[in-house]
Amino acid sequence: MSEEVLQQAAPGLIPGSGTARAAKLTRLSPSFISWLQAGPMMLVFLAFFLIPLVFVVIVSFWDYNEYQLLPAFSGRGYTDTFEGCIAQLPDLCTIGRTYVMTLKLCFMVWAITLFIGFWVAYFLAFHVKSKTWQMGLSLLCTIPFWTSNVIRMIAWIPLLGRNGLVNSGLVKAGLINQPLEWLLFSEFSVVLALVHLFTFFMVVPIFNSMVRIDKSLIEAAYDAGASGFQTLVNVIIPLAKPGIVIGSIFVITIVMGDFITIGVMGGQQIAAAGKIIETRVNALQFPAAAANAVILLAITFLIITMMSRIVDIKKEL
Amino acid sequence: MKEGRPRSFYVLAIFFAAYVLFLYGPMIAIYVLSFQGPQGGLTFPMNGVSTFWIAKLFQGTGIVDLGAAFHRSLLLGIIVMILTVVLSVAAGMAFRRKFRAQSILFYSAIASLIVPSIITSLGISLEFRIIDDLIKAHWNENFETSMGLLTSGLGAHLTWTLPFGLLIMFAIFNRFDPRLEEAARDLGATPWQTFRHVVLPIILPSVIGIGLFGFTLSWDELARSSQAIGAVNTLPLDLQGLTTTVTNPDIYALGTVISAVSFTVIALALGTIHMLNKRQAAKGSDAGKGLV
Repeated sequence: MSEEVLQQAAPGLIPGSGTARAAKLTRLSPSFISWLQAGPMMLVFLAFFLIPLVFVVIVSFWDYNEYQLLPAFSGRGYTDTFEGCIAQLPDLCTIGRTYVMTLKLCFMVWAITLFIGFWVAYFLAFHVKSKTWQMGLSLLCTIPFWTSNVIRMIAWIPLLGRNGLVNSGLVKAGLINQPLEWLLFSEFSVVLALVHLFTFFMVVPIFNSMVRIDKSLIEAAYDAGASGFQTLVNVIIPLAKPGIVIGSIFVITIVMGDFITIGVMGGQQIAAAGKIIETRVNALQFPAAAANAVILLAITFLIITMMSRIVDIKKEL
Repeated sequence: MKEGRPRSFYVLAIFFAAYVLFLYGPMIAIYVLSFQGPQGGLTFPMNGVSTFWIAKLFQGTGIVDLGAAFHRSLLLGIIVMILTVVLSVAAGMAFRRKFRAQSILFYSAIASLIVPSIITSLGISLEFRIIDDLIKAHWNENFETSMGLLTSGLGAHLTWTLPFGLLIMFAIFNRFDPRLEEAARDLGATPWQTFRHVVLPIILPSVIGIGLFGFTLSWDELARSSQAIGAVNTLPLDLQGLTTTVTNPDIYALGTVISAVSFTVIALALGTIHMLNKRQAAKGSDAGKGLV
């Protein structure tokens, strides 16, 4: 029964009839072929992702001095990170303030990308009727994703700088007397750049969920007398929820670990979880960097677990 | 709902247009600014029109050794592209059957996509440092480092491109009709022949899409390269280094050249995909479409 359902939902994932399966058995064993096919990718993840993560955890418990790693157990990476956290109570210590800042950025970017992403996806999925147009417009949204993030960041400089287009325009229009300083190298420009770069990660999964919604459900809602708003809240949003959750996971994890956008657009002045790691590495304090990475990983993991309670990711792909 | 367009269509169409303008506007601004005259500055208005800054970049008199970084990034991008295509197609085929470790591979790919890049990058750099220390301690005291563009750098890029490749393969095989393969098998094709002559031609347009992701994501990769690339820099790293120091349009010229490569690759890939789709539509058989 469950195979039948899966066959309907994803015909490609279940191989065909029993006769074909029997014929295959006479050749190389299928599990051997599977290993051969999936093995190389597994090895890459093992060597460059899973083992490195293990090293991050191990090294976070090592000792260090000014210029090298000392492979002996020590909690210094962590104690250095949380230095003064108890002494300074009730004020927040550096790491506490940094995480509050990171979470604040995260929340702002998440809320804005969700709003923009939802309506862009909604327009593409429900208002663009022709498949060709749908393809073309989706492509238009995707192309910037294939170009450089740094370029898309510095692209804001001529617009937001002290003598940039926005400031000179506002001055000319007589709205302000002197250029606004908070437009560039500020929290504002960081949030703007993050939204600019990563709304794409919200649009794609939400669009994917929305195109799968059976249009007759929406017509049924209208026929039953639901207003446009009621249809949106009671039919479309619940059915698009998986996409919303997946997009949210992408955006939140990207912003949590970001250090480049926050660095470039914040004029290297804004502290963030990812930036601490970079600073520690540049100071060659690897165990402290690793300890911060473990903390960041734990918090990210916590957020993802909470969100994936809402939806089963594996079912949605 | 059927006749005419509802008012919400126009509201959302304007919203969408504004989003597209928001996406492209700033990029276009720097492309334009990189064609300023020699006296040009970092902002509008333009100070004359010339190819001075672009030419300066190519003469190597600018701040970056463009040629070397350009070749490194190109080499790495091409290798990453090829490996991403081959490994993703192979693994995608494997996922069509149940196999042990299937969910381990799936969750590794998803985790690799969402674990913050700085952590992966740090991990790779620690791994290679420890390998270096081991080699120095046990085999060769004069050994310098195993970190480099095509070792740690390549690995770091693959952890970013392979998840995309695998997810695209899932999308392809969600729409793939397995009866085509059965038909090939019934006609006596070996598994390899089935793949080579039936499966591959059908999925080829999407496979080129995987290659497009592989190259462009590597060409612009920054966060994962930052700690794991070793002693040399790729183009995006050079560009990022410039953001804090530069006060003239050098940086825009470099941005324009990097984007020109991206857009060329995007155009080539999309053009090929379009051509293949048209050919499939024209020459493909009507098998499976039922009796007429």
